Amino acid sequence: MATWLPTGIQLSYLVAAALFILGIKKLGSPATARSGNLWAAVGMTLAIVATLLDQHIVGYGQLAVALAVGSGLGALMAYRVEMTAMPQMVGLLNGLGGGASALVALAEFWRASNLGTTLPPETLVSILLGVGIGGVTLTGSLIAFGKLQEWLTGAPVTFVGQRLMSVGLVVGFALGCAYLLVVEPTDLGVLLALTLVTLVFGVLFVIPVGGADMPVVVSLLNSLSGLAASATGFILANNMLVVAGALVGASGLILTQIMCKAMNRPLTNVLFGAFTVQQAATVAGVAGPQGSMKTVDSEETAMMLAYARSVVIVPGYGLAVAQAQHAVRELADQLEHRGVDVRYAIHPVAGRMPGHMNVLLAEANVPYPQLYDMEGINPEFERTDVALVIGANDVVNPAARHDKGSPIYGMPILDVDRAQRTVVIKRGAGRGYSGIENELFFKDKTLMLYGNARDVLTQLVSSVKQLD
Amino acid sequence: MSDALLTGLFVFVLASFAGFEVINKVPPTLHTPLMSGTNAISGISVVGALLAAGNHESTLATWLGMVAIVLAMINVVGGFLVTDRMLHMFRKKEA
Repeated sequence: MATWLPTGIQLSYLVAAALFILGIKKLGSPATARSGNLWAAVGMTLAIVATLLDQHIVGYGQLAVALAVGSGLGALMAYRVEMTAMPQMVGLLNGLGGGASALVALAEFWRASNLGTTLPPETLVSILLGVGIGGVTLTGSLIAFGKLQEWLTGAPVTFVGQRLMSVGLVVGFALGCAYLLVVEPTDLGVLLALTLVTLVFGVLFVIPVGGADMPVVVSLLNSLSGLAASATGFILANNMLVVAGALVGASGLILTQIMCKAMNRPLTNVLFGAFTVQQAATVAGVAGPQGSMKTVDSEETAMMLAYARSVVIVPGYGLAVAQAQHAVRELADQLEHRGVDVRYAIHPVAGRMPGHMNVLLAEANVPYPQLYDMEGINPEFERTDVALVIGANDVVNPAARHDKGSPIYGMPILDVDRAQRTVVIKRGAGRGYSGIENELFFKDKTLMLYGNARDVLTQLVSSVKQLD
Repeated sequence: MSDALLTGLFVFVLASFAGFEVINKVPPTLHTPLMSGTNAISGISVVGALLAAGNHESTLATWLGMVAIVLAMINVVGGFLVTDRMLHMFRKKEA
């Protein structure tokens, strides 16, 4: 075997790492994002091919089978998934990545103990990190997937002694690690027991989180799956794995932060809020806005929209649930045809993961320059004739700006109440996810249009057409 | 601490900073594709899986590696393809 080969492999890894960084950088603008993704994929292909050239590798046939099976399943999932199901898709893929890292760590341990070599403590620590982080990512992601897919209840699940059990698992894990590191570094039974502990911990970690907060968890688990990959990099002394894992770890962490900020809740509250929920409920029950709501029918709304100069559409989770993104684009087309200036205001946590609403609207062929983020659109509401809120609630509640007693006080919101008129399309007179009444609905300028978002929008489209 | 570990830690910390810098600038519109794209990159542990499975020193390690290859490849291929599908839909105006 040529001596240049190991150097060549390492250099290929370096190129792959650079391609990952450049690819993520290019993902930063809609114009270059697609090629950025391609660059990262090329980097991945290069890394895999370089690894296959490694002279320690034997048995290419079975590797080819495993690579083909995984690729085939991945491609099938990618082409069949609905855009509305993107959060659970990302969650599931995440879990598989974490599981792979944990398996690699286990395999390395097994190989070493089979050869009778004692692993140096630093490698053992990396293996324990890989198994621990990877295991939690695997089962945590599967639970998150189940909740988002609604195979499991979306409500927070808590039981008596749950926190005690979690603490017990953490303590048990620490003791097991100490045993392996100090007493008997080749005990496979202990490592398998520790693996089991991390798997159970992953379940306990995610079940108390409510379905609406699941995107935060998915984003956090995304970060963890990166760290698990980094851990395998430390085990194998492979810096390219370390780089790739660190990049993913950093990105997941930033997105988690962004989502928590957009909901004005610290991460600890998202993760452990279920254990203190009674408190919040009593606070919410104390005071609420008084007065009556005014309703409006679709003909009148169509008239209002058609003769407006500017309309801002505020899509929320309800729009995604009703699969109404195509209907809303049709309405926007009709209005633009009549010379109305139509824009979309996207709250950072609209949809079920950050940026999810943008993907859903892009699928319905809404051009992305029409989508405005919160900072961009809020100053514009004062000059807006009609703000059309579709299936959004807490993110347009003005109480977040001024009511210090409100559970959502301080959360950044879209200032739809500053528009000349606000029309709210909503399934019924119920409360938002936070469980509080929305004072926007009681304002003089606000009109309520009840019904399923898709049905209502379809009616609006035909009513606007009839105005010609 | 061994040299390899020290180098690894240097690389890890610097790569994390690079990650923070590059990702902080991504606009909210692209957060979902960013998440699924980086998610695909986390399937890089396929490299470790290939080394584990391609090493004929012990059979269990080989099998664990094989399963890991399948899981990681679903992550990699599924992640990159679904990201491409999403980004394909982002356009300025209809053609």
